[in-house]
Amino acid sequence: MAKLKIDDLKKIKEKVQGTIAIRDGSHRAKITVHMGTCGIAAGARTILNAFMDEVNRRGVTDVILTTSGCAGLCSKEPMATVEVRGAAPVKYIELDEEKAKRIFADHVMDEKPVIEFALVQGSETTY
Amino acid sequence: MGKVYRTHILVCAGTGCVASGSLKVRDKMISEIERHGLKDEVMVASTGCNGFCAAGPITIVHPEGIFYKRLNVDDVPFFIEELLIKGRTVKKHLFTEEQRNEQIPIMNDIGFFKNQVLVVLKNRALIDPDVIDEYIGRDGYLPTSKALLEMTPDQIVEEVLTSGLRGRGGAGFSTGMKWKFCKEAKGEVKYILCNADEGDPGAFMDRSVLESDPHAVLEGMIIGGKAIGAHKGYIYVRAEYPLAIQRLNTAIGQARDYGLLGENIFGSGFDFDIELYYGAGAFVCGEETALMQSIEGKRGMPRPRPPFPAHKGLWAKPTVLNNVETFANIPQIIMRGGAWFASLGTETSKGTKVFALTGDVTNIGLIEVPMGITLRQIVYDIGGGIKNDKGLKAIQIGGPSGGCLPASIIDTPVDYESIVKTGAIVGSGGMVVMDEGNCMVDIAKFFLGFTAEESCGKCTPCRVGTAILLEKLTDISEGRGKDGDIEILETVGRNIISSSLCGLGQTAPNPILTTIRYFRDEYEAHIYDKKCPAKRCKALITFAIDPEKCTGCTLCKRNCPQQCISGEKKMPHTIDQSLCIRCSLCYDSCKFDAITVA
Amino acid sequence: MNPYQIAKEYNAFLQNESLTEFKDKIDSILEDYRERRGGLIPVLQQVQEYLKFLPPVVQNYVALGLGVPSSDVYGVVSFYSFFSMKPRGRHLVRTCLGTACYVKGIQKVIDKIERGFDVTMGGTTKDRRFTLQGVRCLGACGLAPVVVVDENTLGQVDHAKIVKMLEKYE
Repeated sequence: MAKLKIDDLKKIKEKVQGTIAIRDGSHRAKITVHMGTCGIAAGARTILNAFMDEVNRRGVTDVILTTSGCAGLCSKEPMATVEVRGAAPVKYIELDEEKAKRIFADHVMDEKPVIEFALVQGSETTY
Repeated sequence: MGKVYRTHILVCAGTGCVASGSLKVRDKMISEIERHGLKDEVMVASTGCNGFCAAGPITIVHPEGIFYKRLNVDDVPFFIEELLIKGRTVKKHLFTEEQRNEQIPIMNDIGFFKNQVLVVLKNRALIDPDVIDEYIGRDGYLPTSKALLEMTPDQIVEEVLTSGLRGRGGAGFSTGMKWKFCKEAKGEVKYILCNADEGDPGAFMDRSVLESDPHAVLEGMIIGGKAIGAHKGYIYVRAEYPLAIQRLNTAIGQARDYGLLGENIFGSGFDFDIELYYGAGAFVCGEETALMQSIEGKRGMPRPRPPFPAHKGLWAKPTVLNNVETFANIPQIIMRGGAWFASLGTETSKGTKVFALTGDVTNIGLIEVPMGITLRQIVYDIGGGIKNDKGLKAIQIGGPSGGCLPASIIDTPVDYESIVKTGAIVGSGGMVVMDEGNCMVDIAKFFLGFTAEESCGKCTPCRVGTAILLEKLTDISEGRGKDGDIEILETVGRNIISSSLCGLGQTAPNPILTTIRYFRDEYEAHIYDKKCPAKRCKALITFAIDPEKCTGCTLCKRNCPQQCISGEKKMPHTIDQSLCIRCSLCYDSCKFDAITVA
Repeated sequence: MNPYQIAKEYNAFLQNESLTEFKDKIDSILEDYRERRGGLIPVLQQVQEYLKFLPPVVQNYVALGLGVPSSDVYGVVSFYSFFSMKPRGRHLVRTCLGTACYVKGIQKVIDKIERGFDVTMGGTTKDRRFTLQGVRCLGACGLAPVVVVDENTLGQVDHAKIVKMLEKYE
């Protein structure tokens, strides 16, 4: 890999926004499973696997499944965020395999958030 | 409080709004505000997604909290003029209610999120920490390029001094001063170290930062390296944090692949590399000179200062040591300026602080709040209050170096000076909330057990003193307390503080001194009445069965590990006190509240 | 002790404990770090990874390999809680001693393990099945009280169930 120059930062940023940002990219939805130590201890891997199974089973190609660090609210782990194009990201809490499957079917596929498992929509303010 | 703005304009920087041009809107707002000379009155910030993507770009104006929709770059001059010069609501862009998804609350409806201010944790839950491109996508490594290509070491130090940033590891020393001393120290070879040996029980801020945003820490170190003239950095990380280690290794590898670590970064001529070093399980290695000894491969024992590490540190070379959270603040300070950072927080404590909020509180988690917020806001607004509707007894802040603060001073603002006045310290960020069921003598004993075990043994006041304190506390909690014991604890405690070599000993008595200061009656109950009011100290409580309530279900009898409960089926049972070990299993298992504790 | 004797005792130790497969790996670690400053702790961490514990025969061999006094090696091994001079059990049971876990009753969990498997804190069961250790705060306070068995983190551990939970680790 060649060394980065300052212009490359901008290019990477644009590329990231093309692929990761779901609005303009080729992806319709993004699922982020929050996997810090606490999340993993609470069972986040099972949740990630459940989503992965659903992606494979249904053969969908327009959904990004990714991970991030801790979302901050350890007592409500495991948590995941689902963002569907054109709508606010929704944070789901206290997940298990069954809930993950239901969220995938209703929110990711049918674009109807599962209200009873949801904590909040939107994301946090940064300065 | 520090600088107060009359208006805050928050521009949504969620993926949806960015795609519809919100960042350009933000930049245009800043330039318009400057043009009108209102820079000191109005603050512009980015928010994460507000949840109304379809109406983006979204802008929110505080203190009124009014939402504006579809505000594009071309609308900005008119908007700013109407809003700030004429002082009117801009009707054209007002947000109508039907556009929100009513059933799911938004961030502002939930106290846990609403009251937090994310600077250090700005990328949490948003990026994949194992993918450097995602970090760059959130403006990552731009601060490094700015520091390396556009700034001199003096300018970097000056910016950090302006920010007022103080060390987030516990002591709260000015980061800018530390860098200045080391920059001015003579020497060809210098080092910059990151202290990730987070050891306070009940604290996990650094782990979380390393796990969710490792590149921010690397960037802070590169910039610090340039400022002081170091080309080599070490991160001293606890071996007990395998995930943090794994993510740091990945991050360092990716940064090297991109040439962001190594020789001639960004073609600036500046070389810098970082190596990981795994701690081997010694709390005292969080102390700076002990940590350096440990990296040198020796027993991690502190040494007297001076010479300070800024002059003679690792391998006797000038060295700067900062904590994880401190470094994570640096890229933001470089990017947005020290003055911006100094606008957050209070007069003497600038910026935000990350806390690990745990214990008997409803929302357990990792929070970032502006300095100067009160303990009440943290426990009740963010933490959601005490679990199971119990009363708040104490807030333990600062770990084994800190203290237990009672509910009566819950309106104390969280800043370095105010907390020190209470007898505790802000510390690295552990905050354990305790309900009425906790015994303060027992908690003091817990912390002294910890410090006595972790004392490295080099200096006598700490080695022997902590052992004396622990012995006294054990006596008191087991019913052997005598008149005068409280005074002995106070005297010995003060002597340890004044004569210990390092921070471990100098703060070790704080948990005792604060509990005596605020909960003296509990000590007296243990010593004079031989009672533990919270019913925690095993030697001072007895379990008995209330014959009125006992149904003779035999559950307790079957659970008792000592087989000291007797009684016929459907007849009241009794406990043989001579055999009872007070394990409380009977109490926990009884379904009829028939077991009493006295 | 002369180098020949140290090596002889060390080889005999590897033989007795059936650890000879790690001999070459350990020699190459020592080779790698011989010239590097401050390598003692990383070396010991890696050696312990293979051998599971660091008795004096191993310490002497490491000292010989790195060219440092064996008293330095002993000093480091005895200082850091990460290092063990006694053999460990097949499963390592680490109980978190952080404040949150304390408040949430880790002591009861420890009492149950100690009684259930006849082991004391820091010790190993007679059949070398479990080693019980306390560990400084693991930072999983949201799940307190926490017990880590080998690599598995058990959260919100119920003291009435811990013995049963451990039964499945053979």
